[in-house]
Amino acid sequence: MPDFIAQWLNQNEIFTAMTIMEYWDGLVTTVHLVFLSLVIGLVVAVPLAIMRTVRNPFISGPVWLYTYLFRGTPLLIQLYIIYYGLAQIEGIQETFWWEIFREPFYPALLAFTLNTAAYTTEIIRGAIVSTPHGEIEAAKAYGMNWFLRMRRIVLPSAARRAVQAYSNEVIFMLHASAIASVVTIVDLTGAARNIYSRFYAPFDAFLFVALLYMLLTFALVFAFRKLENHLLKHQRPIGS
Amino acid sequence: MKKLIVAATCALAMMTGGVQAQERDLRIAFDVPYEPFEYKDDNGELTGFEVELAEAMCEEMNANCEFVIQAWDGMIPGLLARKFDLIMSSMSITPERAERVLFSEPYYNTPGGWFGPESFNADVTDMDAMEGKTVGVQRGTTMDSYVTENMGGIVTIKRYTTADDMVLDLEGQRLDVVFVDYPVGEQTVLSKEGFKEVAEPVKLGQGVGVAMRKRDKDLAEEVNEALATLKEDGTYDTIMKKYFAYDIKM
Repeated sequence: MPDFIAQWLNQNEIFTAMTIMEYWDGLVTTVHLVFLSLVIGLVVAVPLAIMRTVRNPFISGPVWLYTYLFRGTPLLIQLYIIYYGLAQIEGIQETFWWEIFREPFYPALLAFTLNTAAYTTEIIRGAIVSTPHGEIEAAKAYGMNWFLRMRRIVLPSAARRAVQAYSNEVIFMLHASAIASVVTIVDLTGAARNIYSRFYAPFDAFLFVALLYMLLTFALVFAFRKLENHLLKHQRPIGS
Repeated sequence: MKKLIVAATCALAMMTGGVQAQERDLRIAFDVPYEPFEYKDDNGELTGFEVELAEAMCEEMNANCEFVIQAWDGMIPGLLARKFDLIMSSMSITPERAERVLFSEPYYNTPGGWFGPESFNADVTDMDAMEGKTVGVQRGTTMDSYVTENMGGIVTIKRYTTADDMVLDLEGQRLDVVFVDYPVGEQTVLSKEGFKEVAEPVKLGQGVGVAMRKRDKDLAEEVNEALATLKEDGTYDTIMKKYFAYDIKM
């Protein structure tokens, strides 16, 4: 390690082992929260996206309403409603639900999951709707029923078209998770805010956390590029 | 004859001295409203604990005082730009501020207060009883540092940006107890039904002082003398009891 870095590490008051541990705990919480909400959100979004494309308005209508509500309001407001709102329901403290909603983690997970599922539903719906008509006609000509057609033709081809838009959603979700700190969760941003208020050093506290978010984003971008290369292999020019 | 001249000179010296002090003008800045420290009453008159204390202090110093209203952001710049000579607006003494202004001895310090639901019956100074409890504080306050240093690892500390969010979580039973600036807790928590003060208030920090320009060392001495007199002769206590049910004297 170069001398000046070692010297700086020894001299500075802020980046001690204790604060580095706080940032680490924050990083773990952020990754935990974002990963779980994305996975659950994606699992929920696929059936919802299919329902959204069905002609019957009694099936597609409710899904439309759900995505409209959650895309039409800020995530911060949704989090406030779920976190503070639920605690105001008469008698909820006596039910088993309170075991879950007492801690800020689960209300935040619920808000993030519902939010990302709404956006992901619309991304996948768009990809399903833009399936080339010829592919579906060909599948029909082979005598495939609706379910088989979905599984073998529509969804795989939709996944290829959705992956780029979805990678944006994943990165947005990572950055949106910074608002978890307003409901007392000590995620990366929460750790930075605590350290900032202890040392009154906004640049050190926030630039360091920005760097950590950038590293996470870089890892995500890298992973999605690998996935895109894999999924879109057939579109590359021969010999490349 | 000689005696007479000495006496006359002395009298003259005293008179001119007295007149000089009487004519001394001081401008004191407040940021309103900050009840009950400084605010305007129903008639638009400036009043409050610090305003009355300033009036008494001016009388003690034989100064002719003018009160200036100044927003908080411009307090220290306004002082340094000679728009006024003293700040008596609940400015806590901190090392960062002491770099730029000269503080008098502290003249008050609001304690931190422990507030919780009626059902709360643990002793907050007993670490065994407090183990596993969830304590709410406002981020970056002296209460936050106190709990972090003395109870970190024993209790779960939740940090909030505003007192309102913290009180909501106390009501929602996410917090067992909060530790907050006493006047704030009195207004927000105690005004609600089912909540009480669960322990004695704790005095924290260095308190609030009169801020002056660094070069006004003589003025600072006079201010300190005047404040010391007011604290001793009972004037301070009379004013304090008008506004507070608890002790903020320092």
